[in-house]
Amino acid sequence: MHELAITERVIEAVTERLPGTLITCVRLEIGPLSGVVADSVRFCFDLATEGTNLEGARLEIVEPAARCHCRTCGSDFEPGGPILLCDCGSADVAVLAGQDLKILSVQVA
Amino acid sequence: MCATCGCAADGAEIRLIAGAGADHEHGHDHDAGHGYDAGHGHEVGDGYEPGHWHGHGHDAGHGHEAGHGHEADHGHVAAPRAGESDRTVLLQHKILARNDGIAGRNRDWLRQRGVLMLNLMSSPGAGKTTLLERTARDLAGTLSFAVIEGDLQTALDATRIGAAGCRVVQINTGVGCHLDAAMVASALRVLDPAAGSMVIIENVGNLVCPAMFDLGEAVRVVLASVPEGADKPVKYPHMFRQADLVLLSKADLLPYVNFDTERYTSDVRAISPGARMMRLSAVTGEGMPDWYQWLRDRNPAAAGR
Repeated sequence: MHELAITERVIEAVTERLPGTLITCVRLEIGPLSGVVADSVRFCFDLATEGTNLEGARLEIVEPAARCHCRTCGSDFEPGGPILLCDCGSADVAVLAGQDLKILSVQVA
Repeated sequence: MCATCGCAADGAEIRLIAGAGADHEHGHDHDAGHGYDAGHGHEVGDGYEPGHWHGHGHDAGHGHEAGHGHEADHGHVAAPRAGESDRTVLLQHKILARNDGIAGRNRDWLRQRGVLMLNLMSSPGAGKTTLLERTARDLAGTLSFAVIEGDLQTALDATRIGAAGCRVVQINTGVGCHLDAAMVASALRVLDPAAGSMVIIENVGNLVCPAMFDLGEAVRVVLASVPEGADKPVKYPHMFRQADLVLLSKADLLPYVNFDTERYTSDVRAISPGARMMRLSAVTGEGMPDWYQWLRDRNPAAAGR
């Protein structure tokens, strides 16, 4: 359940950047290969923000598609799951997108 | 919680269990004030000062750092739109930036000291402690390593590792399911590893969360055990994908349990094509020489000999 720790890092980062500011909405990017489950962050968010400047804020999560590049056949593809296998059978794959875990923006009151 | 000053080290308790100075020494200076030192550089002297060492949480009214390295620019504030009071502040902030920053400083400090740090991860009960105990005993006098033990509660594992002859620091995370880079920075400060030595982190038993957190290690070792079943790599690909070495432990149990070795091997190959694989048993000693050779090949003390 590292999503609680992740959610706490979000609160920490936002309150550091915008101390004393009431936050009404938080927008996160959670890539499908980031190792973080967006639903678990949603589950934690209300609890973790209680008593902070983010209490009551709306949470929006953007989940972009993952993209990989196969070093064997040279094609780019969207992996079908967390095991990154190209259709050509190769596992020698570079991740182009989908690993990011970011706070995109917040709305302040 | 520190018994001397009552401060909380990010909720984690860090104690030296075995080795010189194993009474009350822990991850922070009582004489250095509790302010979080802002914008200081690297001091690679005798003690561990990895730039941003801080065992104190940001929770207790301690000083708050200013102007530190990661994207310290405040977000761009967009003008309020007509009829709308909310303003959007673009942040583009990596959520793990703080952890990754501290991990980077741990890594730099270790590199400058010539210390090699391994991060050993597995599910609970897969045999990490038993492997390290036997390794310490078998290699005594030829290759020594210190250990950072991560557990939610108790110093049971650190006591075992200490009895096997290692200098060992126990981190109790309380309810935390993983070690993070700040905890390891604190532990390194207490451990104070000698130049040219090796440190092995025994992470909290968990195949999920520890994969997320860079600790500043040079090498990641993932251990799976035979009785857990052959499907661990496909069930926990995020963990196995980042491994440099994948160990299959409790190989002595292969005749007694239904473990599909071929499936396991091909799954690890597919998930982590670059990882080295070894099969071993810390009970019978099978495969242990390969593991020892792998460690010796990476032993900083042997480099240049």
